Amino acid sequence: MPKDHGIGASDKRREDVRFLTGAGHYTDDIKHYGATTAVFCRSTVAHGVIKSIDTSEAEGMPGVLAIFTGADFADVGGNPAGWLINSRDGTPMKEPKRPVLAHGKVRHVGDAYAAVIAETELQARNAAEAIVAEIEELPAIVDMAAALAGDAFVHDEIETNQCFDWGWIEDNRAATDAAIKAAPHVTTLELVNNRLVPNAMEPRCSIGNYDAGNDSYVLQTTSQNPHLTRLLISAFVMGIPENKLTVIAPDVGGGFGSKIYHYGEEALVLAAARKIGRPVKWTADRTEAFLTDAHGRDHVTKIELACEKDGTFIAFRTETMANVGAYLSNFSTATPTFLHGTLMAGNYTVPNVYVNVKAVFTNTAPVDAYRGAGRPEATYSIERVIDKAARELGIDPIEIRRKNFVKPDQYPFVSAAGLEYDSGNYDALMDTLEKHIDRKGFEARRKESEAKGMLRGLGLNAYIEACGIAPSNLVGVLGSRVGLYDAATVRVNATGNLSVMVGAHSHGQGHETVFPQIVGEMLGIDPQSIDIVHGDTSKIPFGMGTYGSRSLAVCGSAMVRATEKIIAKAKKIAAHMLEASADDVDFKDGQFTVKGTDKSVSFGEVALKAYIPHNFPLEDIEPGLEETAFYDPANFTYPSGAYACEVEVDPDTGKVRVDRFVAVDDFGNIMNPMIVTGQVHGGLGQGIGQALLEGARYDDDGQLLSASYMDYTMPRADDLPFYTVDHANGTPCTHNPLGVKGCGEAGAIGSPPTIVNAVVDALQSAGKNVTHIDMPLTPLRVWDAMQNA
Amino acid sequence: MYAFEIERPNTIADAVKALQSDGAQALGGGQTLIPTLKARLAAPEVLVSLTGIGEMQGVCLSDDGALCVGAGTTHATVASEAAAHFPGLAELASHIGDPAVRNRGTLGGSLANNDPAACYPAAVLGTGATIITNTRQIAADDYFQGMFTTALEEGEVITEVRFPIPQKSHYMKFVQPASRFALVGVFVAQYADGVRVAVTGASEEGVFRWHDAEKALAADFSDKALDSLSVPADNMIGDLHGSPAYRAHLVKVMTGRAVKAA
Repeated sequence: MPKDHGIGASDKRREDVRFLTGAGHYTDDIKHYGATTAVFCRSTVAHGVIKSIDTSEAEGMPGVLAIFTGADFADVGGNPAGWLINSRDGTPMKEPKRPVLAHGKVRHVGDAYAAVIAETELQARNAAEAIVAEIEELPAIVDMAAALAGDAFVHDEIETNQCFDWGWIEDNRAATDAAIKAAPHVTTLELVNNRLVPNAMEPRCSIGNYDAGNDSYVLQTTSQNPHLTRLLISAFVMGIPENKLTVIAPDVGGGFGSKIYHYGEEALVLAAARKIGRPVKWTADRTEAFLTDAHGRDHVTKIELACEKDGTFIAFRTETMANVGAYLSNFSTATPTFLHGTLMAGNYTVPNVYVNVKAVFTNTAPVDAYRGAGRPEATYSIERVIDKAARELGIDPIEIRRKNFVKPDQYPFVSAAGLEYDSGNYDALMDTLEKHIDRKGFEARRKESEAKGMLRGLGLNAYIEACGIAPSNLVGVLGSRVGLYDAATVRVNATGNLSVMVGAHSHGQGHETVFPQIVGEMLGIDPQSIDIVHGDTSKIPFGMGTYGSRSLAVCGSAMVRATEKIIAKAKKIAAHMLEASADDVDFKDGQFTVKGTDKSVSFGEVALKAYIPHNFPLEDIEPGLEETAFYDPANFTYPSGAYACEVEVDPDTGKVRVDRFVAVDDFGNIMNPMIVTGQVHGGLGQGIGQALLEGARYDDDGQLLSASYMDYTMPRADDLPFYTVDHANGTPCTHNPLGVKGCGEAGAIGSPPTIVNAVVDALQSAGKNVTHIDMPLTPLRVWDAMQNA
Repeated sequence: MYAFEIERPNTIADAVKALQSDGAQALGGGQTLIPTLKARLAAPEVLVSLTGIGEMQGVCLSDDGALCVGAGTTHATVASEAAAHFPGLAELASHIGDPAVRNRGTLGGSLANNDPAACYPAAVLGTGATIITNTRQIAADDYFQGMFTTALEEGEVITEVRFPIPQKSHYMKFVQPASRFALVGVFVAQYADGVRVAVTGASEEGVFRWHDAEKALAADFSDKALDSLSVPADNMIGDLHGSPAYRAHLVKVMTGRAVKAA
């Protein structure tokens, strides 16, 4: 039976009341007295030398308060990459400076080279148009293969467009090559993981404030992790001491990764606020969001699967070119490497895995982590090539996966790609999937579709991913320049209600609902008496924010540890109040009771005593009831799943309709099933969007062709089916206190190969020899594939 | 957006007068023009709103049985008020854009703009409708002169469109996935004296009549009649969403489907 309160209950999302009634406070909603507006001048060419920037006319225009160009920031630090990757030959990656404003060269359409601060937005825009930049256009470097082969460079100072050439695991390379050479069957697939634009509903927005009275700054900004933004601005970009800089991320309207990173606009509004002594706000318009938010994916991959004739996997070998765009965004180097290559064994006992990733600079927007971040790319490659191999070998797609699954008695299992999976049961997930999909009825449904002139296909998939990012010791060895712990402070107020300050940031995930469910259950009190405080570096402990499905597994664990400290201290206070030894005090359902007696005090009475410590053993116990814990995970967590879908393809137009979709996931223990289901729905929408609809496309000149909703297809409700979502097969994570794994990205990871496998199946059923179509599977691409088959 | 003045005349005469001032631009429902202004791609000095002109509003039948639609009538109003007389047109209007577009956008605005992927030009050309302006009447076959180009003179205002009501008609649209404009839209109309087939979305020249299909369908109004026909890909639009060959193929597919549904 589902619970009706506490851990495991489907409490309604309390934050939705304010979001849905217009009572949220997003950054752009914040009005400051004397606020001014910043507008950026952005390059309209992909690659060019800045010969001159003439601001003289703009300076004299009405309302103009200040103008900045790249020269104003030439001496400040650059915005760094958060992860150092070493190439196969041991040399460190190339790391060209990412300036606040472009200086010397512009490197992608949308690259900002100047900014105007004015009294009003209209005045700022008019002045920005009056700035005359003489930019000598250079040929754009867009295609990755051409970028690696050519002798023109995005960053002239590094004399190459290759950021790194990474091998994982380099010591396994020779063995993998030999295994593939000797294998009875090798399936090869070349594929593109299409570039995506994140498209958060709320565009980026930043407000800089400077207080001359104590030489301090406040940055209000659309961020998924305000402490990291503060650290980057303080330690690298501007040198403002952390104690003089507060970063506040209020309500944030979606991030999907794009708001993890520090962007130049944040530094600009701070510098401008100091210069003019007034608040400075910048709000991106939708075009700026398309051109400058860090994009996602963009891999070009060749994958080979070697196997026995019976389908037993022998080796996976992958060569990938990963586009990092014009500059290294903060996690751009980690995403195609440690969040991708380490997952390339999938759910399988395959003994040999080798991955080579070349990261490539191009004259395009920076590319970084986007919902799933590396794991969708891994899953897509593996699960597409498995599907192709099954077809070549005449083996059922479920059977070939089951034959190679890690079995329940093999945990902890060290994969051939180097990760230690702690728990899982992939066969059980597949069993549940098979119960949901009525496979026996598929042929009849296919015939019904054919009678309507449609082609029906069934697509199957199994995935594993790594969440709960991440053990600091491990990632430190692998090149991370930050720790990836999180932190929570549980403050029990005198009247027994709680403020819980967390390092994770909620921008749609539902932390404000779920975290109180957990603390409330631990303390035996009403979750409604607990509020979550997040997003303000002056209020919360130093946490590392929200991404990589880490909030519950890492920050939630910190919160549990802090709550355990609260209970331990409260027991001591209760023991004093009950005149008993702390060892003799039990705590259950919010009551402290002396063992074997009916003497008890409530949690609320203990809280009041902590803050009004009359007759209090001050020599043994400090007053107050507030505890902080930092939690650093022992391992990643490993959600996994089995997905299936059926599609109908209209052979006359190439249009694909998703008829049904089943997602069976193992997220470990579930704290709030309704919210988990919602997270899966959102992920599926984005994954189906990637598979069928979304694609960021640059032309040869580096112009973004899909720079608005007129050409970039966002999934709409009528593009998506009703989903069957099942997460009842959880195997608890073995190394965090809640046994949770993370659910935010799974849908976006597991769904793209499921869809593509289904479309290929549909076309094959009509005798078309189509083995692959690159995403997005637009009607044009599907029709083209059928014509050429 | 740049700053501009706005005029809101109540009569066609006042609108025509207001449009004579320098830098004046007519504003219908604003579903194309306002986004253009917001992107700073146009800078009219005066916008002359036509939506407050009562004599340009509404749907009625003329004495000779044509459906008369005021140029300021919204798509949503056409969808509801034309349904009893001319279901093919009402159906087309009910699938233009989204509810916001349908409740603001107007027939006259769509025709004056003549977007090559708009729906209404297919119905106007596909019925041989008459476009009535403040100065004259223009036959549909003379009105559309290529992408975003029409027979309208500077300052001329469309006031009404008269559609001959067909015996049977249907508009079949294959949407461009992102914008949901017509990637290819085909309006087929059968009259006592023949069949008209008009195609939008597909051609570099804007909306056009597919004469071969008209002849074939006049002889046999069934999708089978199209079997031996093909549409050349020359002059078809090629972009992210459709190659010229794909659009040419879709013209035939959508024409067949429109005939079946008519």
